[in-house]
Amino acid sequence: MSGILWHLANVAGILGVLLTLAGGLIMVERRLLALWQDRYGPNRVGPFGLLQVAADMIKIFTKEDWTPPFADKPVFIIAPCIIMATVLMSFAVIPFGPTVGVADLDIGLLFFLGMSSLGVYSVALAGWASNNKYALLGGLRATAQMLSYEVFMALSLMGVVMLAGSFNLRTIVNAQQHLWFCVPQFLGLVVFTVAGIAETHRVPFDLPEAESELVAGFHSEYSGMKFGMFFVGEYLGITLISALIVTLFFGGWYGPFLPPLLWFALKTAVLICGFVLLRASMPRLRYDQLMSFGWKIMLPTALLNLLITGAVVVARHAS
Amino acid sequence: MIRGMEGTKSLLRSMWMVFMHSFHKRETVLYPEEKPKLPARWRGRIVLTRDPDGQERCVACYLCSSACPVGCIALQATEDETGRRYPEFFRINFSRCIFCGMCEEACPTNSIQLTPDFEMSEYNRQDLVYEKEHLLINGVGKYHDYNFYRVAGLAIGGKGKGEAENESPPEDVKGLSL
Amino acid sequence: MPTLYIDDKPHTVGDGLNLLEACLSLGFNVPYFCWHPALGSVGACRQCAVKSFQNEQDKRGRIVMACMTAASEGTRISLDDPEVKSFRAGVIEWLMTSHPHDCPVCDEGGECHLQDMTVMCGHNYRDYRFPKRTHRNQNLGPFINHEMNRCIQCYRCVRYYRDYAGGRDFDAQGSNSRVYFGRHQDGALESEFSGNLVEVCPTGVFTDKTQKSHYTRRWDLQTAPSICVHCGAGCNITPGERYGTLRRIRNRYNGEVNGYFLCDRGRYGYEFVNGGHRARVAMRRAEPGSLVPTAKPLALPRIGSLLAGGARCIGIGSPRASLESNYALRKLVGAENFFAGVTAAHQSLTELTVHLLERGPAQTPSMREMAQADAVLVLGEDLTNTAPRIALALRQSVLNAPMKAAASMGIPDWNDGALRVVLQDQKGPFFIAAPDATRLDDIATETFRAAPDDIARLGFSVAHLLDPKAPEVPGLDENTRQLADRIAKTLAAAERPLVVSGPSLGSASVLSAAAAVANALSTETRRAGLSLTAPECNTLGAGLLGGGTLEEAERALSEGGAELVIILENDLYRRADHVFVDKLLGAAKQVILIDHTLNRTASHADYFLPAATFAEGDGTLVNSEGRGQRCIQVFMPTGDVQESWRWLRDLGAAAGKWPQTEWENIDVIVADIAAAFPMLKGVRDAAPLASFRIAGFKIPRQSHRYSGRTAMRAKMDVSEPGIPTDPDSPLTFSMEGFAGPAPASLASFFWAPGWNSVQSINKFQEEIGGALMGGDPGVRLIAPELEPGRAEYPGAIPEAFAPRPGKWMVVPMYHIHGSDEMSMLSAAVAERAPAPHIALSPEDAQLLGLGEGEMAELNIDGEILVLQVAVHAALPKGVAGLPAGLPGMEPVEIPAWGAVARRVGS
Repeated sequence: MSGILWHLANVAGILGVLLTLAGGLIMVERRLLALWQDRYGPNRVGPFGLLQVAADMIKIFTKEDWTPPFADKPVFIIAPCIIMATVLMSFAVIPFGPTVGVADLDIGLLFFLGMSSLGVYSVALAGWASNNKYALLGGLRATAQMLSYEVFMALSLMGVVMLAGSFNLRTIVNAQQHLWFCVPQFLGLVVFTVAGIAETHRVPFDLPEAESELVAGFHSEYSGMKFGMFFVGEYLGITLISALIVTLFFGGWYGPFLPPLLWFALKTAVLICGFVLLRASMPRLRYDQLMSFGWKIMLPTALLNLLITGAVVVARHAS
Repeated sequence: MIRGMEGTKSLLRSMWMVFMHSFHKRETVLYPEEKPKLPARWRGRIVLTRDPDGQERCVACYLCSSACPVGCIALQATEDETGRRYPEFFRINFSRCIFCGMCEEACPTNSIQLTPDFEMSEYNRQDLVYEKEHLLINGVGKYHDYNFYRVAGLAIGGKGKGEAENESPPEDVKGLSL
Repeated sequence: MPTLYIDDKPHTVGDGLNLLEACLSLGFNVPYFCWHPALGSVGACRQCAVKSFQNEQDKRGRIVMACMTAASEGTRISLDDPEVKSFRAGVIEWLMTSHPHDCPVCDEGGECHLQDMTVMCGHNYRDYRFPKRTHRNQNLGPFINHEMNRCIQCYRCVRYYRDYAGGRDFDAQGSNSRVYFGRHQDGALESEFSGNLVEVCPTGVFTDKTQKSHYTRRWDLQTAPSICVHCGAGCNITPGERYGTLRRIRNRYNGEVNGYFLCDRGRYGYEFVNGGHRARVAMRRAEPGSLVPTAKPLALPRIGSLLAGGARCIGIGSPRASLESNYALRKLVGAENFFAGVTAAHQSLTELTVHLLERGPAQTPSMREMAQADAVLVLGEDLTNTAPRIALALRQSVLNAPMKAAASMGIPDWNDGALRVVLQDQKGPFFIAAPDATRLDDIATETFRAAPDDIARLGFSVAHLLDPKAPEVPGLDENTRQLADRIAKTLAAAERPLVVSGPSLGSASVLSAAAAVANALSTETRRAGLSLTAPECNTLGAGLLGGGTLEEAERALSEGGAELVIILENDLYRRADHVFVDKLLGAAKQVILIDHTLNRTASHADYFLPAATFAEGDGTLVNSEGRGQRCIQVFMPTGDVQESWRWLRDLGAAAGKWPQTEWENIDVIVADIAAAFPMLKGVRDAAPLASFRIAGFKIPRQSHRYSGRTAMRAKMDVSEPGIPTDPDSPLTFSMEGFAGPAPASLASFFWAPGWNSVQSINKFQEEIGGALMGGDPGVRLIAPELEPGRAEYPGAIPEAFAPRPGKWMVVPMYHIHGSDEMSMLSAAVAERAPAPHIALSPEDAQLLGLGEGEMAELNIDGEILVLQVAVHAALPKGVAGLPAGLPGMEPVEIPAWGAVARRVGS
């Protein structure tokens, strides 16, 4: 009984923290960008501008939730829900601490990959349903980009799986008790990070919503809370990718002195800041560069990593 | 391969440079608490000035309105009984104004001038429509000495033909002088 | 077709041009001041200097004045030579030494040829530091403002005013740098064409005085191509609007009609559009004599139910309403209930005019052709006062015959200075037969002063002398016979003879006599011109539509059982005496008046519907030449104002006669007219269809510098309204649209880069002074039916005029400023109008014991008018002249016999 209660508390706590975090991240990103651009950012609402999040939330909830008359209405509404759902579902398999986490799936990593593939539907459908050329172009770009990068995103993780011998994320974390996988799997880390950025369409891979060419890409026609869901989905995605990187390459909750959950949070926070730093310092790629970079550099790198890791694992078994 | 390494290096360096901005001084001026220091030629609120004799400088020549890229100046010329021309009405729609200063550049009499005052927000857009009584100030603005009618050959009250700067007295065409 | 080499590139140009005309025709920018396409060259300003080379080897060249050098085969010139460029810059710097630095307050600014040329020559900094020469200005009357300091001594004004327009009270005075252009003393300029000084002067010396009270720069005016409505000549004009009021009229070049010039009535008569006499909302009668505003949606169904009620309804059209409006009225009430809006006397004259022009074989000429005539006979018209622009065209015709002699001396026709020296006072044949002195007498070879009947007899006798088939005039006196002989011989010898007449004397025999002369002159090799003036802007158009007379309208109301009358843009109190009009209006149960001005008829109306003036609506007018021309809406009127034909459309829809969608735009109604009247089918081509587009764009009414669009209405509401739609023309009430040249009938303004003044027209002509690119606007509707040599000579020859004791033949006398209804609502025109008077010959005045200025009593059929006496030396004995159409004078049916007596008690 207490196990179920603990489990429910776990689910509710994680969901609550994540949703709050997503809103807070908007604020964090704006302040960080401002910091790196020698500005202040939002600092007017409440102490240090902290209530800006609340103000933004109130605004987005009270905005007219408009569906264009020319849009495919059901699909138009479903699309933003998909991204929220898939990202949140992915968090189910993340081991936040030795005892914290929703599900302890043996195929945890595959589950994540599956969910992130489903996420493609969100942008594809949003772009289609908007019935607008910019949205459609954005949706097409997003689909092509996510499908391409998914391939070696999965491949890059296989090295980790080989080393840990399991798809279970908790097992993978435990396997890093002595040596974080970022050392043996450096190439995998790099490929996964790049793919992760692309999957979340963040700078420098934010072509699907390139505002200078496509207005806002697949979510041009969205407003109010539906837009808010895309927005929150993006920040949840950042958090998810950061949490995964921590789990897979930086030893999860392991760390000295501090409680495990705090270690996990700290590592994730640093990575999120890294994402923001990327946005602050990178220009956007051209679309053909993006695709050729993925297929011509990232895919061979991932395969190479797989080959070397496989060889090393086989050699260690043999000895 | 080498290009790739160099590219990665440059990416990392720019990330580092951006990160180091965390420790730079911030450029933002926290405006309401801290007033900005504006130069005298700042292009803010538009005024109509008077000449050194205290008369309206504007002669309603329509050059400002035609120079205005957003067409936010409208006026109508009229004359007093002595032939001195002035605007019957002079309207600037500040809700359209982009403070480009083209009107000031076009003004042949130094009448219309932009001032370093920018605090002119309103809750009601209609209140941003300024008429002549809102625009005309009791001063010469940036140009202290210029008086168009002293230079121009047009006769107005108090200044007849041949009395402008650098003018000789009117000719008597029926006279015999060469 | 000589070939020129300009900066070493060959160009082919027309024959007989000078270099300046050739360069301008080719599109080159050559600065000039004293040359004017209508005035020719005198080489006074030295501004059009170009470098001329003897041959290909000649590298040194010499500077010549382009306007004084013929463009002959093989001429080699350079426009860009550094020496000639600096020469031109120097010339303009000298011209500008005393310029008064007042462009911001100068009305010419922004459309100033001097500004354009200064920029073109690159002079931008004043090096002259010495005192400027100044002048005092003159008060030149209500039309023209004088600002002499701006003068650059190009002499265009004097050459136009004296040589071209025949004015005498204006000249160059003083010497060397003090040269002054003005009158001998303050006073209104006498010429009826003085307003053209505004456009002829390349600087701001002469500017439009009426515009000063509501001054607007040219770039701020909303303009559209339009037609003058103040007489039947049909001059093309460009009215300019700003802030909902009409600001000015400018000439719109039409090579076939008015060319470069307008008369003062046309230029300054526009203020009725803005005046306090206008009504801009629908009104209904509350109690006798008072109209109160009513809502249009209320008024229309009420009138509609009246119309649908079954009672007979008649319509009274108008010669000052457009073809479309008259046709709409005719369609609404039915052809048998449509009356033309003038009395039987006038209607019969209009019908006769139309008949004579349609039969031929003489052809009605355009004004360009009139100016090219080499022998002219004017029968019974004081043209300067009835069709002023035609008088100006005829004034040029007297140069044609002597110019042939000049051409034989090798002087080209553009060399004005040399021509004037050679011609001196020589003038071609020009005969005027009129009851009184006319303003063209100074160019006349001979004048004949007589009563209308005698004028007709002179005409018939000339016709008989030219063609024995024409009837002989019995009992002609010897002097008249000899004069007729001289006229006949001269006309017969001419290449392009022209006869001008009109209905202004109210005499059908004068019209028939003029036609007889012109028809007798027409042979296989030569068609004589016959120009018959029309008193109002659409007299001919209304005449072609036909319709009954006012007398018949009155009978229809009082005896024919008609209860309703719809009056279209017509003040009946100007058409007939008030007793008759009172009777007519009194016989109607309901009077519906559609007009733009609250006139005397309006005070008897039960419903008043505000019509659009020429500037507020679209319509087609037919001028005295039979040319159908389109008047395009200049600006959106306020209130309920709309074209009369739209009101009639709404009335018909309210009465259930046709659906609401009838005549959705002018093209539909014009197509209807063309279908109903084959004679008028040409009007479809008067302007392109409303759906016409250039590269998908409409044509803007506003210049690309149009200002204040986000501020002009901001006082009322800071949110700007959308652009009003214009269903009737391809023009838009906007500055956006096609930026290049539009078809001539749609060009709302003429502007070319670097050419902001009226001189920009050079860039829109096929050849300088020729037709506009794509052809001059307007469609000739009338072509004579008869072949030359098969002339008919209808019309009875009247008895010789015999004075009756105690009676005077009272003939109408027209006044350019005064006789026109609408222009008299403009203060400036009214200021120049004469006071009501009666003109008597000196003998008659002496007989009656009346002196100039004394009060006399005129009795015509019991109608008594009290008038001041004016003694006219030229009037024949037994004839008295009465001003036509002056406000404050009851209209009487003249010509008629009247008794004049000293006023009792004066």
